[in-house]
Amino acid sequence: MADLVFSARALTKTYTSGETQVLALRALDLEIFAGEVVVLLGPSGSGKSTLLNIMGGLDHATSGQLFFRDQELTNLDDRGLTAYRRQHVGFVFQFYNLIPSLTAYENVALVTEISDHPMRPDEALALVGLEPRVHHFPAQLSGGEQQRVAIARAIAKRPDVLLCDEPTGALDSKTGIRVIEALLGINAQLGTTVLIITHNASIQDVADRVLFFADGQISRVHKNKARRTAAELVW
Amino acid sequence: MRTLDIKLFRDLVRLWAQALAIALVIAGGVSTVVLAVGSLRSLEETRIAYYERHQFADVFALVRRAPKTLLTQIAEIPGVAAVQGRIAKLALLDIPQFSEPATGLFISLPEDRQPALNRLYIRLGRMPEPGRGDEVVVTEGFAKAHAFRPGSHFAAILNGRKRDLVVVGIALSPEFIYAIGPGDRMPDERRFAIVWMSEKALASVYNLDGAFSSVILSLMRDASEGEVITRLDALLDRYGGQAAYGREDQTSHAFLEHGLDMLRNMSRTLPPIFLLVAAFLINVTLSRIVALEREQIGLLKALGYRNAAVAWHYIKFIVVIVTIGVVIGSAAGTWLGTFVTEMYGDFYRFPFRVFVQSSDVYVAAAALSLGAAIVGAVRALRDIVTLPPAVAMQPPAPPRFRRLLPANFAIRNVLSQPAVMMVRNISGHPIRAMFTIAGMSLATGILIASLFLNGTMEALIDVTYFLSDRQDATVSFVERRPLKAVNQIARLPGILAAEPFREVPVRIRNGNIDRRIMISGRPRDADLNRIIDTDLHPVVLPEAGLALSSWLVHILGTQVGDFVEIDLLEGRRRTVSLPVTALVEDYFGIQGMMHFDALARLMREAPAVNSVSVSLDANERDRFYDAIKSMPTVSGVALQRVSLANFRDALAVLVTTMANIYIGLAAVIAFGVVYNSARISLSERARELASLRVLGFTRGEVLRILLLELAVLTLLAQPPGWAIGYGLAWTLQTKMAGELMRTRLVVEHSTYVLASAMVIAAALFSALVVRRRINQLDLVTVLKTRD
Ligand SMILES: Nc1ncnc2c1ncn2[C@@H]1O[C@H](COP(=O)(O)OP(=O)(O)O)[C@@H](O)[C@H]1O
Ligand SMILES: [Mg+2]
Repeated sequence: MADLVFSARALTKTYTSGETQVLALRALDLEIFAGEVVVLLGPSGSGKSTLLNIMGGLDHATSGQLFFRDQELTNLDDRGLTAYRRQHVGFVFQFYNLIPSLTAYENVALVTEISDHPMRPDEALALVGLEPRVHHFPAQLSGGEQQRVAIARAIAKRPDVLLCDEPTGALDSKTGIRVIEALLGINAQLGTTVLIITHNASIQDVADRVLFFADGQISRVHKNKARRTAAELVW
Repeated sequence: MRTLDIKLFRDLVRLWAQALAIALVIAGGVSTVVLAVGSLRSLEETRIAYYERHQFADVFALVRRAPKTLLTQIAEIPGVAAVQGRIAKLALLDIPQFSEPATGLFISLPEDRQPALNRLYIRLGRMPEPGRGDEVVVTEGFAKAHAFRPGSHFAAILNGRKRDLVVVGIALSPEFIYAIGPGDRMPDERRFAIVWMSEKALASVYNLDGAFSSVILSLMRDASEGEVITRLDALLDRYGGQAAYGREDQTSHAFLEHGLDMLRNMSRTLPPIFLLVAAFLINVTLSRIVALEREQIGLLKALGYRNAAVAWHYIKFIVVIVTIGVVIGSAAGTWLGTFVTEMYGDFYRFPFRVFVQSSDVYVAAAALSLGAAIVGAVRALRDIVTLPPAVAMQPPAPPRFRRLLPANFAIRNVLSQPAVMMVRNISGHPIRAMFTIAGMSLATGILIASLFLNGTMEALIDVTYFLSDRQDATVSFVERRPLKAVNQIARLPGILAAEPFREVPVRIRNGNIDRRIMISGRPRDADLNRIIDTDLHPVVLPEAGLALSSWLVHILGTQVGDFVEIDLLEGRRRTVSLPVTALVEDYFGIQGMMHFDALARLMREAPAVNSVSVSLDANERDRFYDAIKSMPTVSGVALQRVSLANFRDALAVLVTTMANIYIGLAAVIAFGVVYNSARISLSERARELASLRVLGFTRGEVLRILLLELAVLTLLAQPPGWAIGYGLAWTLQTKMAGELMRTRLVVEHSTYVLASAMVIAAALFSALVVRRRINQLDLVTVLKTRD
């Protein structure tokens, strides 16, 4: 049995806005193992992003426990979460979230400068096949290229986990496949645990496990016998 | 942190126009303070240095004739450091090619050396040579007005005899920085000169060998001026001494002090207000700009940047902008300060200028600006940094819009859709709207506070020169003359009307507050020298009692009906008690007025006059001048028309230029504020506006929504701006009021209109910029990221 990376117990998140309360996560239990590729599927509003944000230390849970290895994330304060993100987590957001005033190279350097054992920014960009675009600004890049910069930024620090929230959501199929390819490559080369949220059911074939979300809970878990490569995906 | 610094630099470049506008607001605030304090300190130091280097006296007295042996006794008065006895006499001048009558104050110079006190600064030429009774040194202003150089000639009627004089030197004196001729209100360099000549020569003309008619003293550091004056008066009394007085009653010093005081009060009022307004505005502006960075802050945090590192990044951004502002402001302020110091220095004819480097002011202004900016940024940063990154990276939750009107009142039937959106947006962000309005009303306010001065000065001219002192000229006598002298003057060619004017120096007292003033006696039905009450109506003097400047009454803490004590300082010295019967609206000096006959009775003298106010037939003016020049009893003629022109010239230097500088700086601040408001609200709403464009709204429609909002906020800001402006004007006017000069607070309608017009013009310009930006709005990127 591989090492446990994440384990959640009765993890709950309630959003309060005005008088209305939204239960985004309902006492969710979960275990993720080192080196896994996990795909999170489910209808919009079912709590996937909420879970990923809490796992990444971007948000606080309302109740319940979440462990990263032996460390209880749900106990950490802002400072502790920042250190956790800095050392262990790489993020890929749906809308890339690059800094528009920095070039691709600089957007990656932004992270490598504050990491302990980072790759060189151009190395990370090479991993996602972007060497020729190193000195372009986000506005000069296509959506897929921007997302690959975001992936380079996420992997450059050699994170333990890579959390990707709809990384292909805004991309066409061909570009989407390249992005998935890049993520799987990282998993293969560095052994990074990868979690991918997607709407695209065909992506589930590349995962070790697929978690199906409904209404703030994991309704079903599917284990793939064999993982497909990105190239084999039917979009 | 290198990459973050690259981002900092690129952001600054991207936001250069806004950064510059903010920097200009800061510069406006900083430069007013640097300018005001710098010029004030430089002028004060210049005056101190001038007084010290030229041994300006502390106490002054005039006598009819006192023996020089008395000087030793005066020197023995405890506290006296040095004594200078001299002869001082007023005399009419006869200047070639100059028809108007001019007056010289002749002052004796010791043979062969500078006087011990009130030394001359020789600009050109030399001192008179011993034994040369025709050689004179004259004041620079007079020399320039007549293009006199060493070697030029003019004549004077000294003790009734015309005497030819040759200019050998042109000089300045700390005693006559402001030289005001007899009966006049303003210096007139063409018609009033200080003429220094050999003591021997003056003594023989006026039969004052071995005697003096004027004595000046300097005091030791710890001396009591009041005690010295009392003892000096006692010594001089037998010799026809007029009451001695200190620097504060010395005309030149008092006027200079007043000029500096106006500058001082302007400096203490407007610049701190400007700086505070600027500080408030950058505080609000930077807080909003940082708030716009919410998503980037969230991203940096998500990437693992600590709160302190993120905050430091934005603080550096602000430090750069503030530094640019402080540098521009300090440079502009220093330059303007030098300009103002030079201008005042020229006006006062200071022989040299001491420029004081006020590093403390730069530091204080910079610290305040930086502090305000950082507090503003930190306020926004604190709110954002404490958000979990997941929340910060989402756009802020839309405000919950309320219905403004009952549900059955369909607002969209009344207002167009853009108007509805505008109303919703303003009411949905009430604090933001409030700050925008506050910023723009402050801008209007400081504009009014700098614009009103000119109108107020016109009101002062109106009351003084057209309501109150309506004579064309005032003929002053060397000594007091019997009443029939008025008839003599009335018979001169060109005289249409003549009124007697008697002036007596007194000390007026209520409790322990006292002042040295002049009480003037005027005929009951005076038509030229009218008395104007605080309602701006002419008043008829009552048979008994005293009309006092309302300012004096205020100082003394009395009111109409109360009695005040009066020490008569001329003739037989006595102390009497008189009722205050009327309050006079006047703006120059403080004074008392009495019925002419009542004053004569009080003085126990036959009715007498010191001067005659006349109205003139303009066609006969030259004949009148000729006649006056041959009258040995006349010491000078003050011309109202010339006085007004000189007053305007002085105002142009002392008030108008300063006011214009402040107007300029206020305009810079106003522009910076309005421009930033427009730009920031465009950025804040870029996403919403781009969505509208995506939905099919045209550029024009989107622009209209934004501009409608800007217009409504700008207009809403005006009424409070007027109130703030009036308040600031009132404060300034109150602070600038003094015993030598004060004003009536008049804020013309046109001032309000002009101030608002300037703010609206700034809004229009900003609208043009915003329009260009809307045209460039990138629909797709704006929807995804914020910029
Ligand atoms: N900041 C928020 N405030 C209030 N409700 C939120 C917020 N974020 C998400 N929600 C709600 O929580 C639920 C789960 O959202 P999310 O995790 O984003 O779903 P998913 O990513 O699966 O589409 C939804 O009902 C959503 O409306
Ligand atoms: Mg989601």
